[in-house]
Amino acid sequence: MKNPAFILATNYLLGLLFAVGLMLAGMTRPGKVVAFLDISDAWDPSLALVMGGAIVVHTILYRLILRRPSPVFGGRFGIPTRNDITGRLVVGSALFGVGWGLGGFCPGPALSAAGTFGGDAVVFIVSMLAGMGLFQVYERWQQARAAALDGASPTTPR
Amino acid sequence: METFTPVASTVGGALIGLSASLMLLLHGRIAGISGILGGLLSPAAGDMAWRALFVAGLLSGGLAGGLVAPELFESTITRSPASLVAAGLLVGFGTRLGNGCTSGHGVCGLTRMSIRSAVAVGTFMATGMATAVLIQQLFGGVV
Repeated sequence: MKNPAFILATNYLLGLLFAVGLMLAGMTRPGKVVAFLDISDAWDPSLALVMGGAIVVHTILYRLILRRPSPVFGGRFGIPTRNDITGRLVVGSALFGVGWGLGGFCPGPALSAAGTFGGDAVVFIVSMLAGMGLFQVYERWQQARAAALDGASPTTPR
Repeated sequence: METFTPVASTVGGALIGLSASLMLLLHGRIAGISGILGGLLSPAAGDMAWRALFVAGLLSGGLAGGLVAPELFESTITRSPASLVAAGLLVGFGTRLGNGCTSGHGVCGLTRMSIRSAVAVGTFMATGMATAVLIQQLFGGVV
């Protein structure tokens, strides 16, 4: 079972399982997402249960899984350890929320919806990828500026 | 008009939690969609195939689901192409700047009681709700 092709293929199955969860949960209906976010009009609390169901299951399994010394397919557990609250975290999350409320899509459900070739989802996904590309341009500009402020010689963007 | 779907939404959420758990158990990774996708845009050797396969699973799951039950993707809101473009740009840029979205910060981060994720979720829930409420109250839900 340590066949590299099998190990890679499990990623596909995990994406598939994630998609089934999103579809069943109603996350792939932008109107349902907006009906949760818009608490002023015919509120649909379903999405709170999606988050709740996911967190309950993951909380139970997370503790059991981390009793293992390492993941099944080897390597190490890559658990984020940062605990600093930064402007980037807050501003980025705020921008994401505005886009989420505006379009009714977050990244996972938008990908699954784009898989149906639905017009709205495809327009959203292409724009989302463009937004991620813009972020990389912004990142490089920030790094170049930081390097310049440090008095270091200009470095090639990575 | 959307109806409350407590059972389907809880079971769907549980499957999302199961997928995130299996990702951790098998590969030791956090199932954050925006991070997985973002990594595809900044190619690093040996780090592309698994990301592409996970994304292919999300896409083809949607394709299959849409063929079997198109109502899973029905939209009951009206959004102009310009609104969808703006929404996509904000979600793409914002999730990368903030290091995560509903899956990475919401499901995985809250599970490990990360303070960063709690702040992120509180923030995107607040701005998401404010945006949805303003669109409904100021523009009658059509933008």
